[in-house]
Amino acid sequence: MGHDHSHDHTDPPSDPALRVKALESLLVEKGLVDPAAIDEIIETYETKVGPRNGAKVVARAWTDPDFKSLLLLDANKAIHSMGYTGRQGEHMKVVENTAIRHNLVVCTLCSCYPWTVLGLPPVWYKSAPYRARAVSDPKGVLAEFGTTLPKDVKISVWDSTSEMRFLVLPLRPEGTDDWTATELEKLVTRNSMIGVEQALTPEKLQIIEANEKP
Amino acid sequence: MSKTTQHFCNSLPQIPTDAEGPVFAEPWQAQAFALAVHLCDEGHFTWSEWVDMFSQEIKLAQVNGDPDLGNTYYNHWLNVLEKIVTQKQAIKSEEMIARKEEWRSAYLRTPHGQPVEL
Repeated sequence: MGHDHSHDHTDPPSDPALRVKALESLLVEKGLVDPAAIDEIIETYETKVGPRNGAKVVARAWTDPDFKSLLLLDANKAIHSMGYTGRQGEHMKVVENTAIRHNLVVCTLCSCYPWTVLGLPPVWYKSAPYRARAVSDPKGVLAEFGTTLPKDVKISVWDSTSEMRFLVLPLRPEGTDDWTATELEKLVTRNSMIGVEQALTPEKLQIIEANEKP
Repeated sequence: MSKTTQHFCNSLPQIPTDAEGPVFAEPWQAQAFALAVHLCDEGHFTWSEWVDMFSQEIKLAQVNGDPDLGNTYYNHWLNVLEKIVTQKQAIKSEEMIARKEEWRSAYLRTPHGQPVEL
């Protein structure tokens, strides 16, 4: 007998996948969950939110001094004014990188993250080594991301909680004085708003865009 | 941009790399994520309740030998989701286990390519 390639069944998915299906179907039956709302949330976080909201906030702060003052004073108000509202009721604080201070964001407890402006957290942000080492050896973590800072720059590490989420306002790269906010957005990476990297330089952006062309 | 990110992350010795594109490794992770967000939105629990339980779950996992490298993150997430739903919504864990097995049987009896229904 040859290989029995059976079509009379479907291989069940992994155990966690079955658990999620069980949970969702029970919640739907009890009227506690609307399946359409679930799909919408997934879509929002996967495609619509992403770090682009954060990039828009940063680019505006670079080009609009009044907005920047408000952002540093009352980040929630400034971010809400751009139409981005959080769902967990957390407070946001924006910390500004300067010529003498670099900021790095971590959540040592779990993985609190400003989803509203950055989308979903990357895997490394959620890992225990990052969470521990961002505090014990921030310079080492930055070096692993290829980020080196001048000797006299101090690093501040900000520990996010369920009540307070931090977002880094990176330094505006040199050579961008005549750039518009829309152009500047492209320089603002997710990692620069977590603080593990600087914003892209115009040269780096050029290289990336060249690589992305088919 | 994701190319750069991946490039930098590849040089991290201990930290798992970020996937290009969506951060969910498997669809169930996105489902579990969205269920928690939705239940919180609907007021079934507060986000700080969630965070408290979630950080306890992670601590417990670490105590039990999970190296906690980020790849088990949604397993912890799912554990907490089941716990919080059991606590708040009166869905019993036996119900969840029974339903899981019903789904498994449904897959096994459904011809390949057909929609799987209970």
